[in-house]
Amino acid sequence: MSDKLYKVLLFVAALVMPTVCGGVIYALVTDAYEAFEHFGFFRFLTSSEWSYTEGAEVYGALPFITGTLMTTLLALLFCIPFSLPVALFVGEYFKGTRVAAVLSTVTDLLAGIPSIIYGLWGFYTLRPIIMAMNISPQGSGVLTASLVLAIMIVPYAASLSAEFIKMVPNELKEGAYSLGATRAEVIGKVVFPVAGSGIFSAYILAIGRALGETMTVTMLIGNTNNIPDSITSTGNSMASIIANQFGEADDLRLSSLIAIGLLLFLITAVINMIGKILIKRARIS
Amino acid sequence: MQKTESIKPILEFKKTCVSYTKQTMAVKYVSAAIERNTITAIMGPSGCGKSTLLRAVNLMHNLYPNIRVDGEILLNGDNILSMQPIDVRRRVGMVFQRPAPFPTMSIYDNVLSGYALNGIRLSKSEKDATVERCLKSVALWDEVKDVLNKKGTFLSGGQQQRLCIARALAMKPDVLLMDEPTSALDPIATKHIEELLLELQKEVTILIVTHNMGQAMRISSRSMFMYLGELVEYDDTATMFTNPKDERTKAYLTGKMG
Amino acid sequence: MIQQKIKNRLTKEKLMLWGVCLFAALTAVPLFAILGEVLLRGYDQLSWSFFTEPTPTAYKAMKAIEAGEPIPGGIANGIVGTMIMLGMAVVVAVPVGILCGAYLAENTKSRFANIVSYLTDLLQGTPSVIIGIITYIWVVVPMKGYSAIAGSVALFIMMLPLIIRSTEETLKILPSSLKEAGLALGGNRARVMLKIQLPAAFGGIFTGVLLAVSRVIGETAPLMFTALGCSFMRFAIDKPISAVPLLIWEFFNDPNLQELIWGASLFLLLFVLTLNMAAKFWCRTKVL
Repeated sequence: MSDKLYKVLLFVAALVMPTVCGGVIYALVTDAYEAFEHFGFFRFLTSSEWSYTEGAEVYGALPFITGTLMTTLLALLFCIPFSLPVALFVGEYFKGTRVAAVLSTVTDLLAGIPSIIYGLWGFYTLRPIIMAMNISPQGSGVLTASLVLAIMIVPYAASLSAEFIKMVPNELKEGAYSLGATRAEVIGKVVFPVAGSGIFSAYILAIGRALGETMTVTMLIGNTNNIPDSITSTGNSMASIIANQFGEADDLRLSSLIAIGLLLFLITAVINMIGKILIKRARIS
Repeated sequence: MQKTESIKPILEFKKTCVSYTKQTMAVKYVSAAIERNTITAIMGPSGCGKSTLLRAVNLMHNLYPNIRVDGEILLNGDNILSMQPIDVRRRVGMVFQRPAPFPTMSIYDNVLSGYALNGIRLSKSEKDATVERCLKSVALWDEVKDVLNKKGTFLSGGQQQRLCIARALAMKPDVLLMDEPTSALDPIATKHIEELLLELQKEVTILIVTHNMGQAMRISSRSMFMYLGELVEYDDTATMFTNPKDERTKAYLTGKMG
Repeated sequence: MIQQKIKNRLTKEKLMLWGVCLFAALTAVPLFAILGEVLLRGYDQLSWSFFTEPTPTAYKAMKAIEAGEPIPGGIANGIVGTMIMLGMAVVVAVPVGILCGAYLAENTKSRFANIVSYLTDLLQGTPSVIIGIITYIWVVVPMKGYSAIAGSVALFIMMLPLIIRSTEETLKILPSSLKEAGLALGGNRARVMLKIQLPAAFGGIFTGVLLAVSRVIGETAPLMFTALGCSFMRFAIDKPISAVPLLIWEFFNDPNLQELIWGASLFLLLFVLTLNMAAKFWCRTKVL
């Protein structure tokens, strides 16, 4: 094969990416168009009604946008007290030791568990606990979904944060120790500030994961099409409403679901892009 | 009281040993007394244990669980090996090979970083006074007094190293350890630091590791020569350079070794 | 005073260490809780027939439950469906992904390569449910029906960025002397890539493929809109087909079949985690 042909072949293969991504955006936009045209873009975003009575169909994305934001932010909140210690354990306290390798393997395995199995575990183990604790009568809801979601994103946040914590130069840490600081003080005043931007970007990417997580949330959030009025009430996220209703929907409802898909795609794309840019910057400095 | 203390050595090694593994010792039974307000140079070929000895003085080795330090190291008569590391390190400052000011802190905050790290609160006027005093004593004040809020990492290598010295001095240490502080600097910056050290010995006792014999000769009043973990010779610098007693010292000083 | 302060600071340091250890250890709890639950509840369902027979109908299952017998049948239709769709997806995704990864590794500075690289990240971060929607629009609508082909397209799209990335990264860390030596011996670039670079990068690329497979094999949402599911054994690729995660979802929603959830989950979990560990192990021993 000549060099020229080889180059062309590689280029053609690389064209797959723009084709697929272009196709994704084109398909989402054209199929979501009907919903946006029917309801108006901003009305669709801000309407909280979701009713498919024939002849009086009204679809709005607000309950699901709220549901997604609530589950994601709560999951982030629950995830931090676990992912940060794991990152410190692996990247600072026990850096390079066998226990750290064991913990890394544990989090890797956690990352490998399919989301439907997380959903099952949440449904059959966590939900009864929530019910027994009298937190909510039916056990499912935003809180339950967020708790499991938090476990799912711990591995991503932790392994990336640990990478940046490991990169903090030893000279800086020794410099701080030589001034009489304890390890806790070195971590708080040197390690975190220096690794801060990297850790921040790790959490942005973890948010990106949580936003689109589908099966777990679908199985645990309770599937009601209203804006959740507290963290224990039921709701639906953007991904879970799609998973729940896509199979049975047609015409305007289908288009509305695809419109929600388009919104979800855009949100995750933006969050992931910000995360990637921040990571690149943190790695350079 | 002051008198007797100044006669007594400020720092004394008594059969100090450091080992990284069970089999090998990096520093073997070093005994020596360091006098107050002097500069003592520690010389020797690379791998002879000079940095290891230095790092024992502020218990840096405690950071790494497999390193063992035996014997005694007395600071003002107290054995530091049985003291709290954070307490010792505040009284024994250290300057490292490569200048490493904290990149997230301004010049001002870098000087005060010891206080921040130790959780000591100072008033604004105390802070200003400390920063000015320390930057003046490292001859950096005039160069940076208008950019105190800039990050320390914007300074040149020599300035950064002086900032690190100021950072150590801010804690008012009794002893200042320097681990080849000029090896990453150009000759002019090196000269500045050397002049600075000659000034500084009025306020602090300096123990400096150097692989540069000229530097030892220029600044130190006492010199140690270490070889393979042993303290081979410890004498007045002038005596050692003109009339070394040990063959190994002689070989090193005449360039026949490492 | 000073001694007291030092004491406080040291107590804080100890508390922090213990806190970190405690919370880090707590993170391992869900893993063992999930593994334990799936193992304990699914263990006695695993039998030969569980892997060779298709899912029972709801009626059959109901009768078995009434008679107090274990539910007959298994998940063979799901295993076959998963294998068919996965096989088709891998056969296409591996060559395309490797070529695309090679393009990125060879053209680090071109603007187009930057765009492709960015789009790879974009696709990798896209929620799988959206991949499902897309495949539905692209394949299910024009073909006027759900099919194994549609399911494999969805898996293909999800695997592609993972394979591209692992190929690109492995090729990039090969020493450049390897390529130069090959070129100096008079090989043209295609031959050097095929005979020298790719074999040298095999370990890394293989790891990437294993990880990609383990990532998509448990995906449920995208298959719901594409493969749909099917309660009997089927080998046709233009008809709806089942998959193991789809079966779990079906069992979850059907009160008569709930007994089967745990066996199917145990199978899926063991399969995914074994692939995962195999990839990690391979990576540690083989790469370069």
